[in-house]
This record gives sequence, C-alpha cells and structure tokens, in this order.
Amino acid sequence: MNVPEDLSYTAEHEWVRIEGGRARVGITDFAQSALGDVVFVELPEADVELARGDHLGEVESTKSVSEIYAPVAGRVVAVNAALAEHPERLNADPYGEGWICEIELGDPSGEGLLDATAYGDLTASE
Amino acid sequence: MADDPASGRDGSRRSPLHAHHLGLGATMVPFAGWSMPLRYQSELVEHHAVRQAAGLFDLSHMGEVHCVGRQVAEALDFALVGAISALALGQARYTMLCAPDGGVLDDLVVYRLAEQHFLVVANAANTALVRASLAERFDRFDATVRDASIETALIALQGPVAATVLAPLAGADLSALGNYRCVPATVLDHEVLLARTGYTGEDGFELFVRAEQAPPLFEALALRGAAHGVVPAGLAARDSLRLEAGMPLYGHELSTARSPYAAGLGRVVRLDKPGDFVGRGALSERQHETGERLVGLSCPRPPSPRAEMAVQASAEGDSGEPVGIVTSGAPSPTLGHPIAMAYVRTECAAVGTSLAVAARGRAIPVEVVPLPFYRRERPATPPRAADAEKEL
Repeated sequence: MNVPEDLSYTAEHEWVRIEGGRARVGITDFAQSALGDVVFVELPEADVELARGDHLGEVESTKSVSEIYAPVAGRVVAVNAALAEHPERLNADPYGEGWICEIELGDPSGEGLLDATAYGDLTASE
Repeated sequence: MADDPASGRDGSRRSPLHAHHLGLGATMVPFAGWSMPLRYQSELVEHHAVRQAAGLFDLSHMGEVHCVGRQVAEALDFALVGAISALALGQARYTMLCAPDGGVLDDLVVYRLAEQHFLVVANAANTALVRASLAERFDRFDATVRDASIETALIALQGPVAATVLAPLAGADLSALGNYRCVPATVLDHEVLLARTGYTGEDGFELFVRAEQAPPLFEALALRGAAHGVVPAGLAARDSLRLEAGMPLYGHELSTARSPYAAGLGRVVRLDKPGDFVGRGALSERQHETGERLVGLSCPRPPSPRAEMAVQASAEGDSGEPVGIVTSGAPSPTLGHPIAMAYVRTECAAVGTSLAVAARGRAIPVEVVPLPFYRRERPATPPRAADAEKEL
C-alpha cells in the first residue's frame, strides 16, 4: 500500500498536502483500494467554509458510498472538476490526478493529522 | 496444530481455489462464512468482460445437496413450491423452499440427474437450513438427503463466448445442451456435471466438479479463455451482473418476510400441482396479496440508491410516510447510470411512476422501469420457449 512520506493523513483515510497556507486533499491508496472502482465523486462547492470533520463530498464505487470529511478547517478554493468526467482517476492516481480539492487553511499548523508512519500503522491493523 | 487448507484463521471456509485466487491477487472477503474473491483487479473490467466475452467465477461456496430415493420426486414436490417431479432427466428448474407461512427460506436450482436423483443447489448462507428442512420434509417419504457442499466445487463460465471456449474442451455436444439443461461431461479429463445455468443474464455454463479437480480445471479454462477475452470475475461483478439482469438475491429481494408473489415470482409456485406441499395453504391465500410489488428503479445520474434506503412518493423533500424500501442498488456498468430494485406500495408500482429515494439527507429522483434492466440478445436459434420461460 502506497503511503507517501511527505503527506499528512486522517484516520478516515484522507491525505493532506500542506503548502503555503493551502491544503490539497484526497483519499488514500488504501481507501481507493477498499472502495473498488470509483464511478462518481461528489465534489465540494468552491468558496464553502468548512470546519474540520464537516462533510466535504462523497465517493461512490460500484459497491458502496463513502463520505469524505474535511481533514482541516478552512475555505474551499479549488476543486478537481476533472473528476466529474474521470472518477477513475481516484483509483489510478489517488495522490496525483485524483486529488479532490484545495482548502485555504484557517489553522495552518495541520495539528491533529497523522504522519505517514502513524497512518501506515493504522491501515496495517485494519 | 496442522494448518487446515479448507479454513482460514478466522474460521471461514476456503474454496479449493483459495490459493489460486491469492496467486491472482484477488481481494478476498468474508461471504456467508466463506472467504471468497470480491474482485481480481477491477470489478468494472470483470463486469464488462462477462457482457462482451465471458467471466470465470468460483462459486464453490454454493451448497450442493443431493436428494435420492425411490420417492425422491414426490418428496421434493412436497418440500419445494415447484413441480419437481415433472422435470425431465437432465433438466433444471429455478424454485424455492418456503416456510409454512409462505415466506421464502431460500431460492434454489434443482437439477434432475437421474430418475431417483436430484441435485439441489442452495445459497451458501442457507445450505444448512436447506439440508435440514429437506431432511425433515422427507420424513414420510422413501428419500434421503446428502450435503456434498464441501467436496464439490462449482466453477461458472458466463458470457457470450462461453460456449466457444468450452466446446473444444468438453466431451459433449454443447449445441444440444439447452438452457436450464445439464449433462455429465468430461472437460479436459475432469469428470463434471455440466449445466447451462447461471446468474449473470448471459449464456453460460456451471461446472460442478470434485474439489480437488477444481484448480487444474479453473486454470485450464482461464488459459484457454484468455485468447477470447475471458477473465476471472469476483463476487462484486456477479452482484452487478445479476442486478442488471433483474435477478433476486436472497437476503435482499427474497426473505422469510415476503412470499414469492410479492417478488413477482409467483410463477415458481405451482398451486396447480397435485398433492400437498409445505406452504400451499398460506401461498394460495398470499397469491392475492396486493400490498407491495418488487419494481425496478432507474436514476438518470449518481448517486445510486442503496439497499435499505426508504422510497418516497415524491422528490419534494421528506413527503411523509415512505412508500417502499430499496433492496439492491448500484451503478449499472452496462447502462451507465444507477439502477435499483425496491419493494413499493402497489399504487406506486406502475412503470413510469416518478418516486424518490432518501439518501443521506437528500432525495434521489427515480423512475419505475420494467425488469430486467438488461436483456441479452438471443442467439439466432433461440432455445425452446418452454426452456426460456424457466430461466429467471
């Protein structure tokens, strides 16, 4: 299972890349693998203010629907609109072309997120 | 303690093909007490392969219950709702085991292997119940039950190229094997019961084989099939295929809570057969049940309705009492939009009715459509109408 060292994670299987006051968000390789083929991604609206843990969107596979929660608080400043046409990118490239949105951070510390080692341990126990 | 290859550390039963699945990189899941392949790679690829070429399935979790004896045909007529004694040698029929109140205990396929020998194929989760119920119901007949589920593997080859792949390997004339017919055959030196049955909506075959012969047979079929686009396919594809074909799944569309009539499967209940059978009294009452019907639902776009979601009369928010419940729902890979099956109140069951499904605080607009969602193009020389009717 691919868990890049330079990202932060949540126990709900989102990843976060914090750069310059912005957080790019997606779901992890573990999550996409557990979901199976993704056929639909409900993206957040731009400019929405989210508290940490708020509903951010939904990922639907043939077998199930999973909610995505905001891993950090802030304002949605960009969404990966290409996922509407190409939901399979979540499977093919979860940390790259399968990113979901970018959030302008209210709190840039990234506190409460897991590092790669902690997240790797978490998935190993699931 | 010696490692038992037939069961995992969690006590789940393992198919004789378990090691083979792991070698193919399958995602294994617990299913009805078994560990079975959910998918090998992409369930969408597997689904499309079955519609366009063929898929190779391990169904070794299914239960095989042999029924034999001088009065076995009469015993099965009493135990099941169908006219089993009317089956010709080598004929199969879709039928049900019902409770005395008419609720469905399991849906089954029964094969007549000899004058006094039938094979009853049960859902994995219900096999023990089917075996016990049959034994109990056979009590006053000269007939016995033997559960051969453990020593029997079941491999299915389903899809339009299935006959093309199998024909050169089988010591049997496949064109003579009609839909819902079976014949003992030799496939690549393996003695099998070869049946033209399945659960995908495609033409295809099911091969019952002794457990120890399953790995070489599966491997050979995969190898010979690869040139024709055959891929191994898991339970995820099996579920989306049967849903498109409008086939019920026990525990979803069928349960002890509903009779076959509510499910639109009243035709399997043969109230016209002679003699008593378990459930006859209740079923002859319940044939006139009009409260709810099983319907197909179609949605133009995601998200999909899912099992257990409430059906509402209107998409205008929460409009009071639910009018039904979704039993199965998923994106249809073939149709490209979500589909579902649901029990709805009869007044909402007409094709074309607009309804809504309550999903996580929002309403998904849906329309009642005819079942099945998908019907394959029939070959130029169709099977006899009498056989086609028996297919589900």
